[in-house]
Amino acid sequence: MSRRVGLEASLAAAEAARMADVDVIAAYPITPQTHIPERLAEMVADGELNAAYIPVESEHSALSACLGAAAVGARTFTATAGQGLELMHEVVYVASSMRYPIVMTVCNRALSAPLSVWGDHSDVMAVRDTGWIQIFCQNSQEAFDLTLWAFRVGEDSRVLLPVMVHFDGFHLSHVTEPVVLPEQEEVDGFLPRFRYPFALNPDKPMTHGAFGPPDIYSEAKIAQEVAFRKSKDVIIQGFKEFGDIFGRYYHLVESYRAEGAKTLLLTMGSFSETAKIAIDLKKSKGESVGLISLRLWRPFPFEELRQAVGNAETLIVFDRCISFGGPGGPVSSEIKSALYSEKNRPEVVSFIGGLGGRDMAVEDFEYVIERGREIVEKGSKELFETVGIRGKVTGIRG
Amino acid sequence: MAEKRLKTGSDFTWRDMEVGNVVKEAGNAALRRTGDWRSQRPVIDREKCNKCGLCWLYCPDAAIKPLEDGYYEADLFYCKGCGICANVCPKEAITMIEEEEK
Repeated sequence: MSRRVGLEASLAAAEAARMADVDVIAAYPITPQTHIPERLAEMVADGELNAAYIPVESEHSALSACLGAAAVGARTFTATAGQGLELMHEVVYVASSMRYPIVMTVCNRALSAPLSVWGDHSDVMAVRDTGWIQIFCQNSQEAFDLTLWAFRVGEDSRVLLPVMVHFDGFHLSHVTEPVVLPEQEEVDGFLPRFRYPFALNPDKPMTHGAFGPPDIYSEAKIAQEVAFRKSKDVIIQGFKEFGDIFGRYYHLVESYRAEGAKTLLLTMGSFSETAKIAIDLKKSKGESVGLISLRLWRPFPFEELRQAVGNAETLIVFDRCISFGGPGGPVSSEIKSALYSEKNRPEVVSFIGGLGGRDMAVEDFEYVIERGREIVEKGSKELFETVGIRGKVTGIRG
Repeated sequence: MAEKRLKTGSDFTWRDMEVGNVVKEAGNAALRRTGDWRSQRPVIDREKCNKCGLCWLYCPDAAIKPLEDGYYEADLFYCKGCGICANVCPKEAITMIEEEEK
């Protein structure tokens, strides 16, 4: 029998790591991720989880320790946020290039300066191209579910790639919500023991992390890219298997009341739930609007995005990050690229807001929808507009 | 050894990469053409050579092979053209010649 309990998203992620029976955790505490390593350290100390908890002196060391653990075939977990992910940065690339299926929760946080411990998606965007599978959660249940799913997909012998499970710092990481926890047998049925085919072992010597001179580096990177893109099939299969066992089905792109809508709003992460209320209000007034949320960020779900967008005329993309001097919010640029070759593509409007913990209320999303439609009707030379930021921003030109 | 030598250069495509670039067979340097970045190669003059074997002893890559008749020869599959053999030869029997001079 599953149990329904009140659990904050951070603790739900820790509980998922426990039920996945992880072998090694190496993490360095950083706001707003702190509750995850704290809870896991407690579980190990109390004997609730038979794992090695490696206390380290930095995030760079945390992920480096995870590399070593994964290299010998241990199921390995870590968690970080914002500056911590930045300090890990070079090791983030190593983990994916060496094909170690480490699972990492990222409690999305803004980047300094000015110093901010609060949430936005700047940390995510800085690791966009690192070759990790990246997935977004909208609530505590998903923090639990997608952490389990991350081990299942990453460790699949057809994949062998690390997975980042993103959820919004504070807005989700510290929010207590009802979470349905499954029985251990159900988890064990979904998640078989990890058998890393290239585990380091003195009885069968092997080299990991060899030098890549110019005559081999390009081939190595292309092989990685092809394998990364192919992981999408297993990602979809993982969602199906998860749904069949636990009854909750996830999709690469989630649509909410989007069928036939002329105007679509696109969001990522927990703010999608606030945006849904704005959509409900608009719908109740008879407006043709809907919401799509990118759940899978990498590998990018091109086909699923095009399907979700359908014949919409206007697509309003909400970003929680600035791409300084770039073509708009980082998500909106990706969306524009993904739709560029479509004959009947919608007008894409870019909004930036929700930076460094700035809240986005229902009325802010209503404003985004109204103003987005107005921009399409009247035209605008601005690359993006802002929402919830004091002072009108103009002159952002391409 | 020759038949065991692994694919190198243009034969080797991205499809030949192992997952994560692991090297499954430890100690496989002997199977790889490691002499392909040489710019000079040693040529041994048998008229001067007294078969002392110092070139064979000093070669840092074990690329000098003893032959059955007592003379020595550089294995160009591995030789990187460092010139140590030519330098230590007491009879000055070894000349380093540019690769482009055939």
